[in-house]
Amino acid sequence: MSTVTAIRQPAVDYLDTLLTSQPQLTPSRWARVNTLRTEALAHLEELQIPTLRDEEWRFTDLARLTRLSFEPVRSASLLLPTDIAPFCLGDVSTRLVFVDGIYAPQLSSQATESGVVVTHLSAMGADHAARIEAQLGGHQITSDNVFAALNTAFLHDAAVILVPRNVELAEPVHVLFLATQVGVANHPRCLLVAESGSSVTLIEDYVALQDGPYLINPVMEIVLADQAHVKHMRVQRDSSQAFHMANCAVSAGRASRYQSVSIAMGAQISRYNLSVLLGEGAECAVDGLALIADSQLADTHTCIDHAKPHGISRQLHKCIAGDSAHAVFNGKILVRQGAQRTDSVQSSRNLLLSAKAHVDTKPQLEIFADDVKCAHGATVGQLDAEEVFYLKSRGLSDGVARNLLTYAFAGEIIDRIPVASLKHRLQQRVLEQTGIAL
Amino acid sequence: MINPNSPVLLEVRGLCASVNGIEILKGLDLSVRRGEVHAIMGPNGSGKSTFAKVLAGHTAYEVTAGSVLFEGKNLFALAPEERARAGVFLAFQYPIEIPGVANSQFLRLSYNTLQAQRGKEELDPLEFDDFVREKMKLLDMNPDFLDRSVNEGFSGGEKKRNEILQMALLEPGLAILDETDSGLDIDALRVVSQGVNQLITPDNAIVLVTHYQRLLNYIVPDFVHVLDAGRIIKTGDKALALELEERGYDWLSTPHQSAGETIAAGVSA
Repeated sequence: MSTVTAIRQPAVDYLDTLLTSQPQLTPSRWARVNTLRTEALAHLEELQIPTLRDEEWRFTDLARLTRLSFEPVRSASLLLPTDIAPFCLGDVSTRLVFVDGIYAPQLSSQATESGVVVTHLSAMGADHAARIEAQLGGHQITSDNVFAALNTAFLHDAAVILVPRNVELAEPVHVLFLATQVGVANHPRCLLVAESGSSVTLIEDYVALQDGPYLINPVMEIVLADQAHVKHMRVQRDSSQAFHMANCAVSAGRASRYQSVSIAMGAQISRYNLSVLLGEGAECAVDGLALIADSQLADTHTCIDHAKPHGISRQLHKCIAGDSAHAVFNGKILVRQGAQRTDSVQSSRNLLLSAKAHVDTKPQLEIFADDVKCAHGATVGQLDAEEVFYLKSRGLSDGVARNLLTYAFAGEIIDRIPVASLKHRLQQRVLEQTGIAL
Repeated sequence: MINPNSPVLLEVRGLCASVNGIEILKGLDLSVRRGEVHAIMGPNGSGKSTFAKVLAGHTAYEVTAGSVLFEGKNLFALAPEERARAGVFLAFQYPIEIPGVANSQFLRLSYNTLQAQRGKEELDPLEFDDFVREKMKLLDMNPDFLDRSVNEGFSGGEKKRNEILQMALLEPGLAILDETDSGLDIDALRVVSQGVNQLITPDNAIVLVTHYQRLLNYIVPDFVHVLDAGRIIKTGDKALALELEERGYDWLSTPHQSAGETIAAGVSA
């Protein structure tokens, strides 16, 4: 914190309470990290925790968050491999595990392919440092985004993945974040650099071993050099009491391909900001599913920026809200002047399972080029009566028919997960959540 | 197969039904015994599909008068799923697509639900897979259809085959086939018909709702009924279907002499 000579206001700003422990961070051995922290703190002077009066947060009430206080994580929980076994994936052996934001070497295992870097910042060697440091924090996500700035103010360690030129990493890399402590705030960070012509699959996975409240504020940065190919699966299964405030910035170079599937099922309030910057001829597929019930709130804000010509974007976002849950989707598509021959399709489909569930969906197109194809659509509805009848005419009870159709609605997104073990795991979870025995 | 000693399976008396406040069925009577194949034909708008849907229990249709007894019991007292479990099966004219649910999952779930109802053994996924593949051979269906979503991207013929596959798995007491022949080419029609024919037993019964006579060359009916303006106005055997094919439906609505009588009268005058 900057030294204060002026008299403080009596009411302490919530943001200040979250920053209390920041000065106790030891300086990093990486100059870049220290610079980023200082810059973030400077931005935070100008920022506040958002309220409903902020345009980007007008549907998302953070009152439940600001009523609670969170401690920093002071010590690492010791977990055994058996503790994390339920979350490991059979066909994936490259794994970086963070327990309450702290890297757990005994639970992690690194890539064996030469030149591929799968490590964490604290252990990173000087030989890769230059390529990594240049990309860390380089994607303009901190300037007006309070949670990203908060994450950066606390930056000390990060999952780091670097795939060298033309290397196709066949086996996925699993970055697993486990929450074991209640009442803490942690700020996980991850950076993936896919060099020119390389190919990699990343699984970004948030799970909890307890069901209490905590604040998790992750930032993911993904850089695709020209012709790189990244498949990104993001799964959020935090505790039902948790607050998950996430930011991801993707920079897709010329003719690169970024495919992502993001699933949000946990947390009492979750917010995922994804911004994708598309270079010339770059393609992205951004699919998402929020499956919530009780009084959960899940908010997804995406921005796909067609900065150059010939970019292709496809987005399918689905929300399923039951009980009195609230889903929010804001899908911004920006087509800049000169981004000719842009081809963009966005679809937001929402299923309400009960009278008290509620969805706010807002496609937002800003188009400044004139030779483009941009299609978008949004639907909000209940289960289709004809489909329910068809299933009942085959002997399925009303409840089973509805659960099966809900599972089917979610299935379209889960089917898009390219890692078989993860797809199967999530299908099982959705089946449990919708109460069907298949 | 007609057997006058066979018990009555379905007894429809004076059935009146409407949709969106418009009366479609205006006093339909029909009696179906076990082992019989009945065809219901009629012009567009006569109420054929309405009848099929009312029997299955579709909530868009309101029964305003009349009764339907299935196996001696009031069918309207049962919800759609209860009718299915009691052995009433409707092969849809436009089968519904269910993206995200694999055909194999759907078929297994339906099969096991009925098995449980009948106090019989349910099958696990592997056992069911063997079982359903055997049934699919009868219909010349590619096993690839098991992994695809229910009816999604299926051609018209493939959807109808999927309906008959369900019929083969669920072994209903009463199968109502709603315009099963619509949208089928000759080859598909032949395969589907063969499939249905193999499923007919002395204990079950089939009601074919059809617009065209063509299907009845392959699935030979014991009775042909003509439905017009919500009532059955004529009942005959398969010869009636051929006559309708040649003369259309108009001659039934007005009390005309047959064509042969008119000419004879003209010649003798």
